[in-house]
Amino acid sequence: MTHDTPVPASDVFVAMLQRDLRVARREIGFTLVRTLMQPTLLMIVFGYLLPKMQMLPPAYVTTLLPGVLAVSLALSAVQSVALPMVASFGATKEIEDRLLAPLPTHLVALELVVVGVIQGVIAGLIVLPLGRVIMGSAPGLTLSSFGLTLGMMILAAAAFSTLGLWLGCAVKVDQIGLMFSFIVAPMLFFGCAYYPWDGLRVVPWLQKAVLVNPLVYASEGMRGVLTPGVPHMDPAIVAAVLTAVTVFAWWRGLKAFYRRAVG
Amino acid sequence: MPPAIETRALRKSYPAPPIRRRGNGGTGTGLDRAVLALDGLDLTIEPGEFFGLLGPNGAGKTTTIGILTTRVRATSGQAFVGGADVATHGALVRRRIGVVPQRPNPDRGLSVLENLLFHGAYFGLSRAVTAERSGSLLEQLGMSDKADAKVDVLSGGQQQRLMIARALLHEPQVIFLDEPTVGLDPQARLAFWEILRALHRDGRTIVMTTHYMEEADQLCGRLGIVDHGKLLACDTPEALKARAPGETLIDLQLDGDADDVAIPCRFVEGVSRVDVSGNDLRAFCSRGGEALPALIKAVEARGHAVRNINLVKPSLETLFVSLTGRRLD
Repeated sequence: MTHDTPVPASDVFVAMLQRDLRVARREIGFTLVRTLMQPTLLMIVFGYLLPKMQMLPPAYVTTLLPGVLAVSLALSAVQSVALPMVASFGATKEIEDRLLAPLPTHLVALELVVVGVIQGVIAGLIVLPLGRVIMGSAPGLTLSSFGLTLGMMILAAAAFSTLGLWLGCAVKVDQIGLMFSFIVAPMLFFGCAYYPWDGLRVVPWLQKAVLVNPLVYASEGMRGVLTPGVPHMDPAIVAAVLTAVTVFAWWRGLKAFYRRAVG
Repeated sequence: MPPAIETRALRKSYPAPPIRRRGNGGTGTGLDRAVLALDGLDLTIEPGEFFGLLGPNGAGKTTTIGILTTRVRATSGQAFVGGADVATHGALVRRRIGVVPQRPNPDRGLSVLENLLFHGAYFGLSRAVTAERSGSLLEQLGMSDKADAKVDVLSGGQQQRLMIARALLHEPQVIFLDEPTVGLDPQARLAFWEILRALHRDGRTIVMTTHYMEEADQLCGRLGIVDHGKLLACDTPEALKARAPGETLIDLQLDGDADDVAIPCRFVEGVSRVDVSGNDLRAFCSRGGEALPALIKAVEARGHAVRNINLVKPSLETLFVSLTGRRLD
């Protein structure tokens, strides 16, 4: 009647991944608007209009593009993990079906993180051609080391996807608005996305303070691989910090996930 | 063959919500304020049984189901499904069980059929097997025409049927249903009962929680009555009814605190026992409603008025009240 043969965890994992990618494909219009609206508007104002009005030098585009890429990637990775999770643990309880699947609970969490990484990297990849269309060519932009670029994008997406896991488990539905005002907004503006970290030398205390912001490393990392001519942090240090953030957020996130998943 | 379900001295306490106290450095462990949901529950359910867990809200039914379905960690004690420990062999236990939740929780990003197809994939079933079973389950549950519908357009009853189909798809040994008929209208409830009876005829072990006496009486082969995390009685509905104080329960609601009329009522002829809680006075009477006029007179003699009267014949409900001191609803 019943078979007690264990189901290979990899099969279950892949099935969940397929489910998430199918739903993401279906909602792609909504997802693109959600993650790309802000970067698009930023590029129009700061990368097209202001340089055209000669209020910003044309070379600013080179500083801006890697930063905007980092922002899109980070927002996409965080949101694609955290937002469905808040709803799923809260009102809809949709996650129960996965928690009742014959898969160890930490792999259920890992699958959600992997989906976040994939969505983050895709958002980042879309920004490159989008930036070209809106802002024209960025002098000093190089795609020669595409493997390195992709690696840096995956590292950054992993950091923000695991942060999304942590936030998604720790934040309640009615706190989402607050989270965006108090965490996400300052993170975006002090994330060295719109100016290089080196430029903050003019306000030394701020230059030190922003080091707690993970977006700083994503932005500087993208500069390091895409626009090496702009001053940037050493990519090796950036990679190490992003890895550390990923490990820390995964540890905290998994703990929070277990607390929500197993009462 | 191991029992389908076995729990040994199962305990679960939830930490109490933190209370901020001024001047206290937070040294308290919080254990003294912990909420005890299960208090040493011992339960054995054999394969093929239709077992009902009956109890008021907060009795520990849902916690029991939560532990047995690996979703809640027991504070102490052990629980086994088909001999597998739920704490150490979670994935294996989940492979063996199907769960119908209290509130339907379908995957809202998917259609009805996709819900089943992906569920099958989560349980390692091949596409062909999943497709075949999904089709026949939807057919059996009268949902074939909804296969491609979005979950959001389904009625409550249809969503509940989808949950059943999903719970059965991987052919579990044990099916857990947590208050499955709460949101259903009477017609849907009867249809649902038929589905459950058919499943039981198929030889599946069914564990259901409910706080509807009639449902428990009609469906279950054996019932466990739980309250305050303890198993108070466990037997067939017939045996339990035979154990009920062989008396009619007269439930009087007074206009004020019923404490001072308890003793005079106890001496009314035919009354064997009187329970009082707040404005409620419950008298167990050997001669049906015959004692009613005398009871009312005794109440009025103390200056009280009767606001409401309820007569309950010897039944699971009277047993329940005599065991727990409260009514289910």
